[in-house]
Amino acid sequence: MNLTIDVTNKEHKSVVSLSGEIDAFTAPKLKEELLPLTKEEGKTVEVDLNNVNYMDSTGLGVFISALKSTKEHDSELKLVHMQERVHRLFKITGLTEIMNIDSTVQGGI
Amino acid sequence: MEPFDFVEVKVPAKPEYVGVVRLSTSGIANRMGFSYEDIEDLKVAISEAITNAVKHAYKETDEGEITIGFGVYSDRLEIMVADHGGSFDLSNVKKDIGPYQQNDAIEDLREGGFGLFLIDALMDKVEISSRYGVIVLMTKYLSENEVGQDGDQISTTQ
Repeated sequence: MNLTIDVTNKEHKSVVSLSGEIDAFTAPKLKEELLPLTKEEGKTVEVDLNNVNYMDSTGLGVFISALKSTKEHDSELKLVHMQERVHRLFKITGLTEIMNIDSTVQGGI
Repeated sequence: MEPFDFVEVKVPAKPEYVGVVRLSTSGIANRMGFSYEDIEDLKVAISEAITNAVKHAYKETDEGEITIGFGVYSDRLEIMVADHGGSFDLSNVKKDIGPYQQNDAIEDLREGGFGLFLIDALMDKVEISSRYGVIVLMTKYLSENEVGQDGDQISTTQ
């Protein structure tokens, strides 16, 4: 019931690899790590969700604020390798319309 | 009155206990024979309810408890989440929920407020009372092709 956050910085891109669960307990930590990355102009922030097996609305909230921040600072947010269960929440809430989500959903058999 | 088992869990109103209740819920639902998909839905719904209770009811102080009651029936699971702390303005919360609409501006997107909407989307029945603290009562039915609580077979739902 924890979340591991690994950030790899390249010149114009940061890859944020997440592993674990995103909920009310872990979301604040994620927000703290993710938001500063979106404040660099021209940067692409790629969030790898391959190993996130649980997420709820607290996670949606973090990604919404990150998306807002990319609009303000002219950077880009990409969510990749999303598990089917997590993707479902984005679909239900209509957020698939505005988020850049890699369509190759993993974890679905 | 129809027979049911009742399980009660009490946790401190702190975010670190959301996962604990999620695991308990998953255990009970698994025992009842809910499908994998339904268990995942239940896990999100219960976490949203606890998160709300943690956030709204105990703004002022770190102390307080949340009581979760599970009513285990042969055809359904009823979950009650109660905080006995201060209550929040229910009508205010209700008007804030709903899915994102395509014509909404990104700037107007709510960073919170999806919680109750998700509970409603993922459960079969949801009732909220704010008379004494806030009580959320939510129900999920076992679908027919899932194994009932006395079943000793393997679920056929994949």
